Amino acid sequence: MSLTLDKPWRSRREPPGDLDALPGHMGVFELGDAAGGVLFVGYAGGRSRFGLRGEIAAALERLPAATAFRYEVTTSYLTRYQELLMVHRAATGELPPDNAPMPGLGRLSPG
Amino acid sequence: MDLALSEEQDLVVATVRRFVREEIVPLEQSLDPDADELEPADRERLVAKTKAMGLYGLDIPPEYGGPELDLVTRTLIAIEMSQHRAGLYAPCYGVFGGAGLAQLFEATEDQKERYLFPMLRGEKKGFFGLTEPSGGSDPARAIQTRAHRDGDEWVINGGKIFISGADKADFGLVFARTDPDRGRNGVTCFIVDTDSPGFHVRRIVHTLRAARYATELGFEDMRVPHANVLGEVNRGFAIANDRLSRQRIPYAAGCIGVAIKAHEMALEYVPQRETFGAPLSSRQAIQWMLVDNEIDIRHARWVTLEAADRAERGQDFRKEAAMAKLVATEAGGRVVDRCIQMFGGYGVTKDFPFERWYREMRIRRIGEGPSEVQRHIIARDILGASLR
Repeated sequence: MSLTLDKPWRSRREPPGDLDALPGHMGVFELGDAAGGVLFVGYAGGRSRFGLRGEIAAALERLPAATAFRYEVTTSYLTRYQELLMVHRAATGELPPDNAPMPGLGRLSPG
Repeated sequence: MDLALSEEQDLVVATVRRFVREEIVPLEQSLDPDADELEPADRERLVAKTKAMGLYGLDIPPEYGGPELDLVTRTLIAIEMSQHRAGLYAPCYGVFGGAGLAQLFEATEDQKERYLFPMLRGEKKGFFGLTEPSGGSDPARAIQTRAHRDGDEWVINGGKIFISGADKADFGLVFARTDPDRGRNGVTCFIVDTDSPGFHVRRIVHTLRAARYATELGFEDMRVPHANVLGEVNRGFAIANDRLSRQRIPYAAGCIGVAIKAHEMALEYVPQRETFGAPLSSRQAIQWMLVDNEIDIRHARWVTLEAADRAERGQDFRKEAAMAKLVATEAGGRVVDRCIQMFGGYGVTKDFPFERWYREMRIRRIGEGPSEVQRHIIARDILGASLR
């Protein structure tokens, strides 16, 4: 498994109804800008209503600057979420701009 | 032989049981079902309560500020502390504190100042780095990480895997081979600062535990001062081995606690759930599952308490600790599996804790030495010299 989320980006302007067809599974997702940068990393956990579908829709509504999203279905959503944040920080020196600070986040040096 | 709990043990067990049910379980209603951490404010509030109860830092020796409780009592407490959703790997979410790396109680005064005391004050975190890709149950042979001396320093090259907490730690205990020709007498334990050049957390290792991961570490020409050798050079195996034996008792206790809670939930459920016009509890198939749960739990509990009792008395307890680990992890798995069966479809949903226990309990038959290694330890002990 890749350390980064390497699924293809999808436009937030999906044809009507396509967002409703997103999976209701648990998993992780990223919101991005037009330049391909990651703005936000989130997850759909065991208590998320409608799983990724619900969490991605809510996050897109909250962040109008996001032009695209991508996701990965996984039951290890909490550890994968932390991993994506750690990999992002290892590559850029900081968390994605719309993620709140996480004082307890671990450090990776993937090399 | 008195098998009854003392008045003090009864009181402590009842106190911890009430704490788990009144303080921990209600918080889990709003946490993610796989969470293993509380909100900081909740954690702070509950730590203050355990300190006020005189039960903080249970495994810390009294001379370092821990409560003076014998190992049997601490094992009874560990059985209670795990009786909630996250209880197997995050008993009470850590609000009772812990001894951290107990090996540091044997450190030099200088090492204690730099690592032990800050760890006990909560200022530094440590990790235990033993297992390598070549194995973890046989450290005498499996350790391939090498260290060679260069003046007042040691230079370490190699790597570790399945290491918990290394990405968040300030330091760790790393076992490395310092004499390639001496087997178990050629391994040394080093205290390693995680900001040392050459220390790398290469990746997260995702497992069945959805909230807590292990890490893979790499060491490239990592320099460690000679003053950071824990114990003696080439005597690290004894440190690792002692830790492995001691850790098996609380490891077993956690499994027993979860099994007790799962069994208790099943006992509440089966008289209420009806099938074909009669409660599940009237079905012999269900009754026998409950009976088997009861026997599994009692068996595991007594074997584990016996190991704790022997360790407390200063007697050899390696065989008993191996039995406790073997019996409790396997019994715990069976109990949770039966409870899922009794709960049917609900048993595998995230609405209930069984699915989390099922996943995490499976790891328990491997972690801290798999069942086969425990059987090997027991066989070696009962067969003695004839096996060697």
